Amino acid sequence: MASSKPAAARTGRRGFAHHGSDATGRDAAVLETDVSEETLQERLAEDLDGAFAALVSTLQDDVYTAALRWSGNRAAAEDIAQEAFLRAYSALGRYGAERVRELHLRAWLLTIALNVFRNELRSAARRPATEPLADGVLVVEDGRAPDDLASTIVLALPEEQRVPVVLRHVLGLSYDEIAEILARPEGTVKAQAARGIRRLRESLAEVEPERTEVRR
Amino acid sequence: MNDIELKELRAEAPTPLAGRVLRAVREADDYVEISGPRGSLYVAFNDEGISCVDAAGRGPEAFEEYFVGRFGRALRPADAPPRGLAEALATGDGRKLRYDLRGLTEFEVAVLRKALEIPKGEVRSYGWIAREIGRPKAVRAVGSALGHNPVPVVIPCHRVVRSDGMIGNYALGAPMKRELLDTEGVDVAGIERLAASGVRFVGSDTTRIFCVPTCHDARRVTERHRVTFRSERDAAAEGFRPCKHCRPAEARPA
Repeated sequence: MASSKPAAARTGRRGFAHHGSDATGRDAAVLETDVSEETLQERLAEDLDGAFAALVSTLQDDVYTAALRWSGNRAAAEDIAQEAFLRAYSALGRYGAERVRELHLRAWLLTIALNVFRNELRSAARRPATEPLADGVLVVEDGRAPDDLASTIVLALPEEQRVPVVLRHVLGLSYDEIAEILARPEGTVKAQAARGIRRLRESLAEVEPERTEVRR
Repeated sequence: MNDIELKELRAEAPTPLAGRVLRAVREADDYVEISGPRGSLYVAFNDEGISCVDAAGRGPEAFEEYFVGRFGRALRPADAPPRGLAEALATGDGRKLRYDLRGLTEFEVAVLRKALEIPKGEVRSYGWIAREIGRPKAVRAVGSALGHNPVPVVIPCHRVVRSDGMIGNYALGAPMKRELLDTEGVDVAGIERLAASGVRFVGSDTTRIFCVPTCHDARRVTERHRVTFRSERDAAAEGFRPCKHCRPAEARPA
Protein backbone atom coordinates (compact mmCIF):
# COMPACT_ATOMS: atom_id res chain seq x y z
CA MET A 1 0.00 0.00 0.00
CA ALA A 2 1.55 3.33 -1.02
CA SER A 3 1.62 6.09 1.53
CA SER A 4 0.28 8.93 -0.60
CA LYS A 5 -2.47 10.63 1.30
CA PRO A 6 -5.58 11.67 -0.57
CA ALA A 7 -7.15 15.04 0.08
CA ALA A 8 -9.95 13.63 2.20
CA ALA A 9 -7.50 12.30 4.75
CA ARG A 10 -5.87 15.68 5.22
CA THR A 11 -8.97 17.36 6.52
CA GLY A 12 -10.00 17.09 10.17
CA ARG A 13 -9.93 13.53 11.33
CA ARG A 14 -12.49 13.64 14.05
CA GLY A 15 -15.74 15.58 13.95
CA PHE A 16 -17.10 14.91 10.53
CA ALA A 17 -18.64 18.36 10.19
CA HIS A 18 -15.29 19.06 8.55
CA HIS A 19 -16.27 16.85 5.68
CA GLY A 20 -18.66 18.76 3.55
CA SER A 21 -21.24 19.78 6.09
CA ASP A 22 -23.40 22.56 4.72
CA ALA A 23 -23.35 24.36 8.01
CA THR A 24 -21.54 27.68 8.09
CA GLY A 25 -20.09 29.89 10.77
CA ARG A 26 -21.12 29.44 14.36
CA ASP A 27 -23.78 26.89 13.56
CA ALA A 28 -21.08 24.45 12.54
CA ALA A 29 -19.96 23.94 16.12
CA VAL A 30 -23.49 23.15 17.19
CA LEU A 31 -24.00 20.84 14.25
CA GLU A 32 -20.82 18.92 14.85
CA THR A 33 -21.97 17.57 18.18
CA ASP A 34 -25.46 17.25 16.83
CA VAL A 35 -24.75 15.22 13.73
CA SER A 36 -26.39 11.91 14.32
CA GLU A 37 -26.05 8.57 12.69
CA GLU A 38 -29.35 9.30 11.01
CA THR A 39 -27.97 12.25 9.07
CA LEU A 40 -25.05 10.14 7.94
CA GLN A 41 -27.34 7.34 6.83
CA GLU A 42 -29.40 9.81 4.87
CA ARG A 43 -26.31 11.16 3.13
CA LEU A 44 -25.00 7.66 2.41
CA ALA A 45 -28.35 6.65 0.97
CA GLU A 46 -28.34 9.63 -1.37
CA ASP A 47 -24.69 9.85 -2.37
CA LEU A 48 -22.49 6.96 -1.26
CA ASP A 49 -19.28 8.25 -2.81
CA GLY A 50 -19.82 11.75 -1.47
CA ALA A 51 -20.64 10.63 2.06
CA PHE A 52 -18.34 7.66 2.52
CA ALA A 53 -15.40 9.78 3.74
CA ALA A 54 -17.68 11.07 6.50
CA LEU A 55 -18.55 7.50 7.49
CA VAL A 56 -14.87 6.65 7.71
CA SER A 57 -13.93 9.68 9.79
CA THR A 58 -16.90 9.22 12.10
CA LEU A 59 -16.40 5.55 12.80
CA GLN A 60 -12.74 4.81 12.20
CA ASP A 61 -11.73 5.21 15.85
CA ASP A 62 -14.49 2.83 17.01
CA VAL A 63 -13.63 0.22 14.41
CA TYR A 64 -9.90 0.53 14.98
CA THR A 65 -10.27 0.42 18.77
CA ALA A 66 -12.38 -2.73 18.59
CA ALA A 67 -9.94 -4.40 16.20
CA LEU A 68 -6.96 -3.35 18.32
CA ARG A 69 -8.40 -4.58 21.60
CA TRP A 70 -9.68 -7.79 20.08
CA SER A 71 -6.45 -8.63 18.28
CA GLY A 72 -3.78 -6.96 20.42
CA ASN A 73 -1.83 -6.01 17.33
CA ARG A 74 -1.69 -2.57 15.71
CA ALA A 75 -0.84 -3.74 12.22
CA ALA A 76 -3.56 -6.39 12.32
CA ALA A 77 -6.03 -3.84 13.68
CA GLU A 78 -5.31 -1.46 10.80
CA ASP A 79 -5.79 -4.25 8.29
CA ILE A 80 -9.00 -5.38 9.94
CA ALA A 81 -10.38 -1.82 10.03
CA GLN A 82 -9.44 -1.18 6.41
CA GLU A 83 -10.98 -4.42 5.23
CA ALA A 84 -14.14 -3.75 7.24
CA PHE A 85 -14.58 -0.33 5.60
CA LEU A 86 -13.99 -1.73 2.12
CA ARG A 87 -16.55 -4.44 2.70
CA ALA A 88 -18.94 -1.85 4.09
CA TYR A 89 -18.52 0.32 0.99
CA SER A 90 -19.13 -2.67 -1.26
CA ALA A 91 -22.26 -3.65 0.65
CA LEU A 92 -23.62 -0.08 0.75
CA GLY A 93 -23.28 0.15 -3.03
CA ARG A 94 -25.49 -2.89 -3.32
CA TYR A 95 -28.10 -1.95 -0.72
CA GLY A 96 -31.06 0.15 -1.77
CA ALA A 97 -31.54 3.59 -0.20
CA GLU A 98 -34.24 2.27 2.13
CA ARG A 99 -31.99 -0.40 3.53
CA VAL A 100 -29.17 2.10 4.08
CA ARG A 101 -31.54 4.42 5.97
CA GLU A 102 -32.46 1.59 8.31
CA LEU A 103 -28.90 0.53 9.15
CA HIS A 104 -27.48 0.97 12.63
CA LEU A 105 -24.21 2.11 11.14
CA ARG A 106 -21.92 1.66 14.13
CA ALA A 107 -23.23 -1.76 15.11
CA TRP A 108 -23.32 -2.80 11.46
CA LEU A 109 -19.70 -1.81 10.85
CA LEU A 110 -18.56 -3.48 14.04
CA THR A 111 -20.35 -6.64 12.92
CA ILE A 112 -18.33 -6.59 9.72
CA ALA A 113 -15.13 -5.86 11.66
CA LEU A 114 -15.81 -8.81 13.97
CA ASN A 115 -16.30 -11.04 10.95
CA VAL A 116 -12.99 -9.86 9.48
CA PHE A 117 -11.25 -10.33 12.83
CA ARG A 118 -12.50 -13.89 13.13
CA ASN A 119 -11.37 -14.68 9.61
CA GLU A 120 -7.95 -13.25 10.47
CA LEU A 121 -7.80 -15.47 13.54
CA ARG A 122 -8.66 -18.49 11.46
CA SER A 123 -6.03 -17.77 8.83
CA ALA A 124 -3.46 -16.82 11.48
CA ALA A 125 -4.09 -20.21 13.07
CA ARG A 126 -3.36 -21.82 9.71
CA ARG A 127 -0.10 -19.89 9.35
CA PRO A 128 2.55 -21.60 11.45
CA ALA A 129 4.79 -18.49 11.42
CA THR A 130 2.61 -16.34 13.67
CA GLU A 131 2.29 -18.17 16.93
CA PRO A 132 -0.97 -17.19 18.53
CA LEU A 133 -0.76 -16.13 22.15
CA ALA A 134 -3.16 -17.33 24.80
CA ASP A 135 -6.54 -18.24 23.39
CA GLY A 136 -5.82 -17.39 19.80
CA VAL A 137 -4.82 -13.77 20.36
CA LEU A 138 -2.94 -12.79 17.25
CA VAL A 139 0.43 -11.47 18.39
CA VAL A 140 1.41 -8.73 20.79
CA GLU A 141 3.23 -5.71 19.41
CA ASP A 142 6.28 -6.68 17.45
CA GLY A 143 9.01 -6.21 19.99
CA ARG A 144 7.21 -3.37 21.74
CA ALA A 145 5.68 -3.43 25.19
CA PRO A 146 1.91 -3.64 25.32
CA ASP A 147 0.22 -0.27 25.93
CA ASP A 148 -0.34 -0.99 29.56
CA LEU A 149 -1.66 -3.43 32.04
CA ALA A 150 -5.30 -2.93 31.09
CA SER A 151 -4.81 -3.82 27.45
CA THR A 152 -2.76 -6.86 28.40
CA ILE A 153 -5.31 -8.37 30.73
CA VAL A 154 -8.17 -7.62 28.32
CA LEU A 155 -6.18 -9.42 25.66
CA ALA A 156 -5.80 -12.41 27.95
CA LEU A 157 -9.57 -12.85 28.17
CA PRO A 158 -11.07 -15.69 26.14
CA GLU A 159 -12.39 -14.36 22.86
CA GLU A 160 -16.05 -14.91 23.76
CA GLN A 161 -15.61 -12.58 26.75
CA ARG A 162 -13.09 -10.19 25.21
CA VAL A 163 -15.34 -9.26 22.30
CA PRO A 164 -18.37 -8.20 24.39
CA VAL A 165 -16.21 -6.58 27.09
CA VAL A 166 -14.55 -4.36 24.49
CA LEU A 167 -17.86 -3.50 22.83
CA ARG A 168 -19.59 -2.70 26.12
CA HIS A 169 -16.92 -1.23 28.35
CA VAL A 170 -14.40 0.26 25.95
CA LEU A 171 -16.77 1.45 23.22
CA GLY A 172 -19.91 1.87 25.32
CA LEU A 173 -22.36 0.00 23.11
CA SER A 174 -25.68 -1.12 24.56
CA TYR A 175 -26.28 -4.81 25.24
CA ASP A 176 -29.01 -4.61 22.67
CA GLU A 177 -26.47 -3.57 20.03
CA ILE A 178 -23.94 -6.14 21.19
CA ALA A 179 -26.55 -8.90 20.96
CA GLU A 180 -27.15 -7.79 17.37
CA ILE A 181 -23.43 -7.82 16.55
CA LEU A 182 -22.79 -11.22 18.10
CA ALA A 183 -26.10 -12.65 16.87
CA ARG A 184 -26.75 -14.02 20.35
CA PRO A 185 -29.48 -13.35 22.90
CA GLU A 186 -29.00 -10.25 25.04
CA GLY A 187 -28.89 -12.35 28.21
CA THR A 188 -26.04 -14.42 26.86
CA VAL A 189 -23.85 -11.45 25.92
CA LYS A 190 -24.58 -9.77 29.26
CA ALA A 191 -23.44 -12.90 31.08
CA GLN A 192 -20.33 -13.19 28.92
CA ALA A 193 -19.38 -9.57 29.53
CA ALA A 194 -19.97 -10.02 33.28
CA ARG A 195 -17.77 -13.12 33.34
CA GLY A 196 -15.15 -11.12 31.48
CA ILE A 197 -15.20 -8.33 34.05
CA ARG A 198 -14.94 -10.87 36.88
CA ARG A 199 -11.97 -12.42 35.21
CA LEU A 200 -10.34 -9.03 34.68
CA ARG A 201 -10.64 -8.34 38.41
CA GLU A 202 -9.09 -11.69 39.20
CA SER A 203 -6.15 -11.23 36.90
CA LEU A 204 -5.62 -7.71 38.16
CA ALA A 205 -5.57 -8.99 41.71
CA GLU A 206 -2.99 -11.56 40.73
CA VAL A 207 -0.73 -9.18 38.84
CA GLU A 208 -0.94 -6.22 41.12
CA PRO A 209 -2.73 -6.95 44.37
CA GLU A 210 -2.90 -3.26 45.29
CA ARG A 211 -4.78 -2.42 42.08
CA THR A 212 -7.99 -4.30 42.46
CA GLU A 213 -10.59 -2.10 40.88
CA VAL A 214 -11.68 -2.54 37.27
CA ARG A 215 -13.78 0.46 36.41
CA ARG A 216 -16.32 0.07 33.70
CA MET B 1 -3.94 5.24 40.86
CA ASN B 2 -5.18 1.90 41.97
CA ASP B 3 -7.70 0.93 39.36
CA ILE B 4 -7.95 0.60 35.63
CA GLU B 5 -10.34 2.40 33.34
CA LEU B 6 -11.51 0.31 30.45
CA LYS B 7 -12.69 3.43 28.65
CA GLU B 8 -9.08 4.52 28.44
CA LEU B 9 -8.48 1.65 26.07
CA ARG B 10 -10.17 3.70 23.35
CA ALA B 11 -7.63 4.32 20.63
CA GLU B 12 -7.39 6.70 17.71
CA ALA B 13 -7.11 5.21 14.28
CA PRO B 14 -3.68 5.87 12.77
CA THR B 15 -3.77 8.90 10.46
CA PRO B 16 -3.01 7.01 7.21
CA LEU B 17 -5.94 4.62 7.65
CA ALA B 18 -8.67 6.88 6.27
CA GLY B 19 -6.54 7.82 3.28
CA ARG B 20 -5.79 4.22 2.47
CA VAL B 21 -9.44 3.27 2.77
CA LEU B 22 -10.61 6.11 0.55
CA ARG B 23 -7.97 5.37 -2.04
CA ALA B 24 -8.97 1.70 -2.16
CA VAL B 25 -12.57 2.85 -2.52
CA ARG B 26 -11.71 5.14 -5.44
CA GLU B 27 -9.96 2.17 -7.05
CA ALA B 28 -13.00 -0.03 -6.56
CA ASP B 29 -13.59 -2.63 -9.23
CA ASP B 30 -16.93 -2.88 -10.96
CA TYR B 31 -18.74 -6.16 -10.92
CA VAL B 32 -21.72 -7.85 -12.53
CA GLU B 33 -23.64 -11.03 -12.07
CA ILE B 34 -23.75 -12.89 -15.35
CA SER B 35 -24.96 -16.27 -16.42
CA GLY B 36 -22.13 -18.74 -16.99
CA PRO B 37 -22.00 -22.21 -18.53
CA ARG B 38 -22.99 -23.74 -15.16
CA GLY B 39 -24.92 -21.28 -13.05
CA SER B 40 -24.51 -17.62 -12.32
CA LEU B 41 -21.10 -15.95 -11.88
CA TYR B 42 -19.82 -12.76 -10.32
CA VAL B 43 -17.27 -11.08 -12.54
CA ALA B 44 -15.22 -8.09 -11.31
CA PHE B 45 -13.30 -5.84 -13.68
CA ASN B 46 -11.40 -2.57 -13.86
CA ASP B 47 -9.43 -0.55 -16.42
CA GLU B 48 -6.84 -3.31 -16.71
CA GLY B 49 -9.36 -5.99 -17.51
CA ILE B 50 -11.25 -8.77 -15.76
CA SER B 51 -9.88 -9.18 -12.25
CA CYS B 52 -11.96 -11.78 -10.46
CA VAL B 53 -14.56 -14.46 -11.11
CA ASP B 54 -16.48 -16.51 -8.58
CA ALA B 55 -19.58 -18.69 -8.55
CA ALA B 56 -22.52 -16.53 -7.48
CA GLY B 57 -24.11 -19.29 -5.45
CA ARG B 58 -23.01 -18.02 -2.05
CA GLY B 59 -24.37 -14.52 -2.62
CA PRO B 60 -22.84 -11.07 -3.04
CA GLU B 61 -21.64 -10.75 0.54
CA ALA B 62 -19.41 -13.80 0.25
CA PHE B 63 -18.05 -12.46 -3.03
CA GLU B 64 -17.28 -9.07 -1.45
CA GLU B 65 -15.58 -10.79 1.46
CA TYR B 66 -13.43 -12.87 -0.87
CA PHE B 67 -12.62 -9.98 -3.20
CA VAL B 68 -11.77 -7.39 -0.55
CA GLY B 69 -9.70 -9.92 1.37
CA ARG B 70 -7.79 -11.03 -1.68
CA PHE B 71 -7.26 -7.75 -3.55
CA GLY B 72 -7.63 -5.03 -0.90
CA ARG B 73 -9.95 -3.01 -3.11
CA ALA B 74 -13.67 -2.37 -2.83
CA LEU B 75 -16.40 -3.43 -5.23
CA ARG B 76 -19.23 -1.53 -6.82
CA PRO B 77 -22.09 -2.96 -8.86
CA ALA B 78 -21.89 -2.12 -12.56
CA ASP B 79 -24.74 -1.64 -15.00
CA ALA B 80 -23.19 -3.65 -17.81
CA PRO B 81 -20.62 -6.44 -18.14
CA PRO B 82 -17.29 -5.71 -19.81
CA ARG B 83 -17.34 -5.93 -23.59
CA GLY B 84 -16.90 -9.42 -24.97
CA LEU B 85 -17.55 -11.23 -21.69
CA ALA B 86 -20.92 -12.71 -22.60
CA GLU B 87 -19.54 -13.90 -25.93
CA ALA B 88 -16.46 -15.43 -24.30
CA LEU B 89 -18.66 -17.31 -21.82
CA ALA B 90 -20.91 -18.54 -24.60
CA THR B 91 -18.07 -19.71 -26.84
CA GLY B 92 -15.76 -20.91 -24.08
CA ASP B 93 -12.97 -18.89 -25.67
CA GLY B 94 -11.57 -16.13 -23.47
CA ARG B 95 -8.54 -15.27 -25.55
CA LYS B 96 -9.87 -11.92 -26.72
CA LEU B 97 -10.64 -10.58 -23.26
CA ARG B 98 -8.28 -8.42 -21.24
CA TYR B 99 -7.34 -9.57 -17.76
CA ASP B 100 -6.02 -7.86 -14.67
CA LEU B 101 -3.43 -10.37 -13.51
CA ARG B 102 -1.41 -7.88 -11.44
CA GLY B 103 -0.30 -9.49 -8.24
CA LEU B 104 0.44 -12.80 -9.88
CA THR B 105 3.96 -14.00 -10.57
CA GLU B 106 5.34 -14.20 -14.09
CA PHE B 107 5.14 -17.98 -13.84
CA GLU B 108 1.49 -17.89 -12.78
CA VAL B 109 0.64 -15.54 -15.64
CA ALA B 110 2.40 -17.83 -18.13
CA VAL B 111 0.41 -20.81 -16.82
CA LEU B 112 -2.90 -18.96 -17.12
CA ARG B 113 -2.11 -17.62 -20.60
CA LYS B 114 -1.32 -21.15 -21.67
CA ALA B 115 -4.56 -22.50 -20.20
CA LEU B 116 -6.42 -19.94 -22.33
CA GLU B 117 -5.20 -21.78 -25.44
CA ILE B 118 -6.92 -25.05 -24.55
CA PRO B 119 -10.00 -25.28 -26.78
CA LYS B 120 -13.45 -25.88 -25.36
CA GLY B 121 -14.25 -29.60 -25.24
CA GLU B 122 -10.61 -30.60 -24.75
CA VAL B 123 -8.37 -31.14 -21.74
CA ARG B 124 -4.64 -31.12 -21.15
CA SER B 125 -2.53 -32.31 -18.24
CA TYR B 126 -0.65 -30.20 -15.71
CA GLY B 127 2.53 -31.64 -17.21
CA TRP B 128 1.47 -30.44 -20.66
CA ILE B 129 1.25 -26.85 -19.42
CA ALA B 130 4.58 -27.18 -17.63
CA ARG B 131 6.27 -28.40 -20.80
CA GLU B 132 4.60 -25.83 -23.06
CA ILE B 133 5.78 -22.90 -20.94
CA GLY B 134 9.29 -24.30 -20.83
CA ARG B 135 9.25 -25.46 -17.20
CA PRO B 136 8.76 -29.23 -17.67
CA LYS B 137 9.60 -30.05 -14.06
CA ALA B 138 7.27 -27.49 -12.48
CA VAL B 139 4.19 -29.72 -12.66
CA ARG B 140 3.10 -29.17 -9.07
CA ALA B 141 3.69 -25.42 -9.35
CA VAL B 142 1.42 -25.43 -12.39
CA GLY B 143 -1.23 -27.04 -10.20
CA SER B 144 -0.99 -24.33 -7.57
CA ALA B 145 -0.89 -21.56 -10.16
CA LEU B 146 -4.14 -22.88 -11.62
CA GLY B 147 -5.55 -23.20 -8.11
CA HIS B 148 -4.90 -19.48 -7.59
CA ASN B 149 -6.52 -18.52 -10.88
CA PRO B 150 -8.41 -15.34 -9.95
CA VAL B 151 -10.60 -15.62 -13.05
CA PRO B 152 -11.75 -19.25 -13.28
CA VAL B 153 -14.22 -20.28 -16.00
CA VAL B 154 -13.15 -17.41 -18.32
CA ILE B 155 -9.54 -18.58 -18.09
CA PRO B 156 -10.40 -22.26 -18.37
CA CYS B 157 -8.21 -23.84 -15.71
CA HIS B 158 -10.94 -26.49 -15.48
CA ARG B 159 -9.57 -27.88 -18.76
CA VAL B 160 -6.39 -28.96 -17.04
CA VAL B 161 -6.51 -32.41 -15.45
CA ARG B 162 -4.07 -34.88 -13.96
CA SER B 163 -2.05 -36.95 -16.38
CA ASP B 164 -3.35 -40.11 -14.71
CA GLY B 165 -6.77 -39.05 -15.95
CA MET B 166 -8.16 -38.03 -12.58
CA ILE B 167 -10.02 -34.77 -12.93
CA GLY B 168 -8.10 -33.14 -10.09
CA ASN B 169 -8.81 -30.12 -7.94
CA TYR B 170 -10.44 -26.90 -8.97
CA ALA B 171 -10.65 -23.35 -7.69
CA LEU B 172 -14.45 -23.59 -7.61
CA GLY B 173 -14.51 -27.18 -6.31
CA ALA B 174 -13.93 -30.50 -8.04
CA PRO B 175 -17.65 -31.19 -8.70
CA MET B 176 -17.91 -27.88 -10.59
CA LYS B 177 -14.90 -28.84 -12.69
CA ARG B 178 -16.63 -32.04 -13.74
CA GLU B 179 -19.86 -30.20 -14.51
CA LEU B 180 -18.10 -27.57 -16.60
CA LEU B 181 -16.25 -30.21 -18.62
CA ASP B 182 -19.44 -32.15 -19.05
CA THR B 183 -21.23 -29.02 -20.29
CA GLU B 184 -18.43 -28.46 -22.78
CA GLY B 185 -18.92 -31.93 -24.22
CA VAL B 186 -15.92 -33.63 -22.62
CA ASP B 187 -16.56 -37.31 -21.90
CA VAL B 188 -15.20 -37.17 -18.36
CA ALA B 189 -15.94 -40.80 -17.52
CA GLY B 190 -14.38 -41.90 -20.81
CA ILE B 191 -11.16 -40.00 -20.07
CA GLU B 192 -10.97 -41.54 -16.63
CA ARG B 193 -11.52 -45.04 -18.01
CA LEU B 194 -8.91 -44.58 -20.69
CA ALA B 195 -6.34 -43.20 -18.24
CA ALA B 196 -7.11 -45.93 -15.72
CA SER B 197 -6.23 -48.49 -18.36
CA GLY B 198 -2.89 -46.75 -18.83
CA VAL B 199 -3.65 -45.04 -22.13
CA ARG B 200 -2.20 -41.56 -22.51
CA PHE B 201 -2.37 -40.97 -26.25
CA VAL B 202 -4.55 -41.90 -29.20
CA GLY B 203 -3.40 -42.15 -32.80
CA SER B 204 -4.54 -43.03 -36.30
CA ASP B 205 -2.81 -45.80 -38.19
CA THR B 206 -3.52 -44.02 -41.47
CA THR B 207 -2.00 -40.63 -40.64
CA ARG B 208 0.55 -42.05 -38.18
CA ILE B 209 -0.15 -39.04 -35.93
CA PHE B 210 -0.82 -39.31 -32.19
CA CYS B 211 -2.82 -36.91 -30.02
CA VAL B 212 -4.07 -36.34 -26.49
CA PRO B 213 -7.35 -38.28 -26.26
CA THR B 214 -9.62 -35.20 -26.27
CA CYS B 215 -7.92 -33.52 -29.24
CA HIS B 216 -10.39 -32.49 -31.90
CA ASP B 217 -8.38 -34.46 -34.47
CA ALA B 218 -8.21 -37.59 -32.32
CA ARG B 219 -11.95 -37.64 -31.91
CA ARG B 220 -12.42 -37.88 -35.67
CA VAL B 221 -10.38 -41.08 -35.97
CA THR B 222 -12.67 -44.02 -36.65
CA GLU B 223 -12.64 -46.99 -34.31
CA ARG B 224 -11.06 -49.18 -37.02
CA HIS B 225 -8.01 -46.95 -37.38
CA ARG B 226 -7.66 -45.97 -33.76
CA VAL B 227 -4.53 -47.03 -31.89
CA THR B 228 -3.62 -46.20 -28.32
CA PHE B 229 -0.30 -45.58 -26.60
CA ARG B 230 0.84 -45.68 -23.02
CA SER B 231 3.69 -43.26 -23.58
CA GLU B 232 5.29 -40.92 -26.01
CA ARG B 233 8.10 -43.42 -26.43
CA ASP B 234 5.71 -46.18 -27.45
CA ALA B 235 4.19 -43.91 -30.08
CA ALA B 236 7.58 -42.88 -31.41
CA ALA B 237 8.70 -46.50 -31.52
CA GLU B 238 5.77 -47.26 -33.82
CA GLY B 239 6.77 -44.38 -36.06
CA PHE B 240 4.02 -41.97 -34.98
CA ARG B 241 4.60 -38.23 -34.79
CA PRO B 242 2.90 -35.83 -32.35
CA CYS B 243 -0.11 -33.85 -33.55
CA LYS B 244 0.61 -30.20 -34.28
CA HIS B 245 -2.67 -29.03 -32.80
CA CYS B 246 -2.72 -30.67 -29.39
CA ARG B 247 1.06 -31.04 -29.13
CA PRO B 248 0.98 -34.21 -26.99
CA ALA B 249 4.77 -34.23 -26.84
CA GLU B 250 7.79 -32.26 -27.88
CA ALA B 251 8.07 -32.42 -31.67
CA ARG B 252 11.29 -34.16 -32.55
CA PRO B 253 13.36 -33.92 -35.67
CA ALA B 254 12.60 -37.03 -37.74
